[in-house]
Amino acid sequence: MKFTALLKKAGMLLPAVAILFQINTVQAAEKLVLTGASTIAPLAAEIGKRFEKQNPDVRVDVQTGGSSRGVSDARSGLADIGMASRKLKAEESDLKSFTIALDGVGLILHKDNPVKSLTDQQVIDIYTGKITNWKDVGGKDARITVVNKAEGRSTLELFLNYYKLKNSDIKPQVVIGDNQQGIKTVAGNTGAIGYVSIGTAEFDAGNGVPIKLLPLNGIAASVENVRNGSFPLSRPLNLVTKTAPQGLAKRFIEFASSKNVDDLVEAQYFVPLSRK
Amino acid sequence: MSRSHVNKSHADDILRIALMSAAVLAVGVLLLILLFLVRESWPALQRIGLYRFVSDAGWHPLEGAFNLAPMLIATFAAALGAILIAGPIGIASAVFGRFYAPPVIAETFRRMVALLAGIPSVVFGLWGLTVLVPIIAKWQPPGASLLAGMLILAFMVLPTVALTADAALKAVPKQYLHGANALGISQAGLIFNVAIPAARSGLIGGILLATARALGETMAVLMVAGNVVQVPNSLFDPVRVLTANIALEMAYATTEHRSALFVSGLALMLLVVGLAAMAGKLGGRLHG
Amino acid sequence: MASIHQRDLLLTGFVWSAAALVIGSFLWLLSDMLLQGAGQLSWDFLTAETENAGRAGGIAPVLVSTLLILAVAILVAGPIGLATAVLLSEFIAKDNRIARAIGMSIDVLAGVPSIVFGLFGMAFFSAYLGLGFSILAGGLTLACMVLPILIRTIEEGLSAVPDEWRKGAAVLGMSRLSALFYILLPAAAPALAAGLMLGIGRAMAETAALIFTSGYVDRMPSSLHDSGRALAVHIYDLSMNVAGGDANAYASALVLVIMLIIINNIALMLANSLLQKRISLA
Repeated sequence: MKFTALLKKAGMLLPAVAILFQINTVQAAEKLVLTGASTIAPLAAEIGKRFEKQNPDVRVDVQTGGSSRGVSDARSGLADIGMASRKLKAEESDLKSFTIALDGVGLILHKDNPVKSLTDQQVIDIYTGKITNWKDVGGKDARITVVNKAEGRSTLELFLNYYKLKNSDIKPQVVIGDNQQGIKTVAGNTGAIGYVSIGTAEFDAGNGVPIKLLPLNGIAASVENVRNGSFPLSRPLNLVTKTAPQGLAKRFIEFASSKNVDDLVEAQYFVPLSRK
Repeated sequence: MSRSHVNKSHADDILRIALMSAAVLAVGVLLLILLFLVRESWPALQRIGLYRFVSDAGWHPLEGAFNLAPMLIATFAAALGAILIAGPIGIASAVFGRFYAPPVIAETFRRMVALLAGIPSVVFGLWGLTVLVPIIAKWQPPGASLLAGMLILAFMVLPTVALTADAALKAVPKQYLHGANALGISQAGLIFNVAIPAARSGLIGGILLATARALGETMAVLMVAGNVVQVPNSLFDPVRVLTANIALEMAYATTEHRSALFVSGLALMLLVVGLAAMAGKLGGRLHG
Repeated sequence: MASIHQRDLLLTGFVWSAAALVIGSFLWLLSDMLLQGAGQLSWDFLTAETENAGRAGGIAPVLVSTLLILAVAILVAGPIGLATAVLLSEFIAKDNRIARAIGMSIDVLAGVPSIVFGLFGMAFFSAYLGLGFSILAGGLTLACMVLPILIRTIEEGLSAVPDEWRKGAAVLGMSRLSALFYILLPAAAPALAAGLMLGIGRAMAETAALIFTSGYVDRMPSSLHDSGRALAVHIYDLSMNVAGGDANAYASALVLVIMLIIINNIALMLANSLLQKRISLA
């Protein structure tokens, strides 16, 4: 008697389990998968949401990662569209890329650091460990904390490229992952120097975070100068596909590079494309 | 009622089989994990070779250098430091709950510690990055350092030590304690000579589990330890631990680099196997 | 006598200061969280969709995803964990070779770093089984992670049940199955609840294992095959990748802690009432 009663009890649990697993029979009609740059991911997710609102049968799934992953996922077909926060490299020229916004990368210091500007050579010397004290570049007598990005980040590649450095040349004291970790690190250390996305740095500096952007070669690191193309350390935010996009992917890319999303681009502190 | 008698042994057989298959499944998970770690690390192990993982010039996977040794050392150092801090404090706070605090306070205290155990590591990390690291940076820049990693880890594994120690002390037979009391042993004597020896294996188990946690903690260390791949010369040097290495680079890694990161996962896994073996020798157990 | 007295004082001092240190740092952390996040908390925060990368709006989809991931993990790990624990404590002798092998594997599993579970989940559930970034993949990964915790706590609860009870059941002619369900498990219910609590706590706070498996999508999930962002992943992204996301990161952390308190209390209540009921039946 007891055994059968127990079986019945166990049986009652089954429908509950079934319900949990059954939801998956409801599937959206079409799904678009984007993977890649963590810089673009929040923006792409917002664009995806707006796109979903206009196309109720479509789901846009955005997964974060890095540009190189975005490129390789697009190539292998793991993702319909890859996200890369840089230009395609020479060996990636078989892929198609579509710019949806621009971003600048600027050097940041703590607000209390009196240093107003650094020459390219000084930046190189600081990052390669030849200069380790701020007094050597006109600042206070304090140790420099070099903040570098972790391997694989396209911000790092852009930075290395501009200063013609190899990552193994750099002697960092802190290695960071994502953008805000860099800003928080510099904000908490008066001797730190780092490089981050200009838009977010401008936003944070304007909201009481104690950091400041340094000009590069005399050109102010501002969203404005990224927009007009005069700021040298800038990059396109790209969507990448293996072949010329068709159907849903094509519609999404067209939408993402249209002026319909300019407000979203600005809300994520990037620079919208200038269109004729 | 009579039916249940007839079926008794039959039902027990079915039960035994069902239980056994569940256990096989549980063990299978571990084997699967090992299998997949090896499978994914294989390309790197083959092409790069085991030796280069400890002899290369550094960790620059995009430039073909794959030395994991500094990160292994940093992982050990951070976990060891954390345990040296959290061990005594955690056991002391369990002793507090069992022998010193009035029952109401003891219960509240236990609940608080249990809650602390549930705070996500990201929150510890965020707090460490915005509160702890700047404090250390004022004193000894860059602030993000082995010390910061140790302190945050100690904070995080403390509940593990405290809760397991609490359970171990609770399990000490009451007769021992009453007996000791009757003999007129002092409070300190009672704790050091009766309670702690009786709870020894539980305490060791807790410490080892906390060590495993400290070795395996990821996000919080990533946020506070500085992540520079180097063998630390002092507590104030930034270091990168193995877990942080995986979390920092996995989402960015392809091909050989990705495979090399699985090798760091495998290395971590072997560390834990070693720890569990040690636990077996010491008579403790690695459990929570 | 004096030295013994001194030792007593010293120990008392150390124990109280250790407790004070723990309480103090806990309050420091909690007050920081409250200070930065409490202002954002509201009913809307819990029930609204995320907007503007999480800076605005709420966390409803993230909450739902988190709960689904937990449900999968517990539904899968619960029965397996219970069964394994029962086997280990009731059906095979402790010094048996099989028991030792199983025990050892579980100990190792308990120590496996969560990021390794993440790597495994990504390679096995997401890639090999083709589940991709999905709540299912995340939940299964977490199931593997909480399994050893469940097994060990339940086992401990069972081993605390006096042997006389088992003998009594045998004398009464109960099958081991009935003895298990009507005597042993109710008696071990608090341990079961404690195991679930610990497991859920660890699972809910998990970031590293989930970022690779259940993914980043912060839309309301409509199936277990959808990618769903867990609360801890959301907190990480808000604090590390989204400028101006700190307040909502702390608010989300508060929600997580509050959920944990609720789950802990429910588990405790369940355990107690179950125990009461069984005892009154017997």
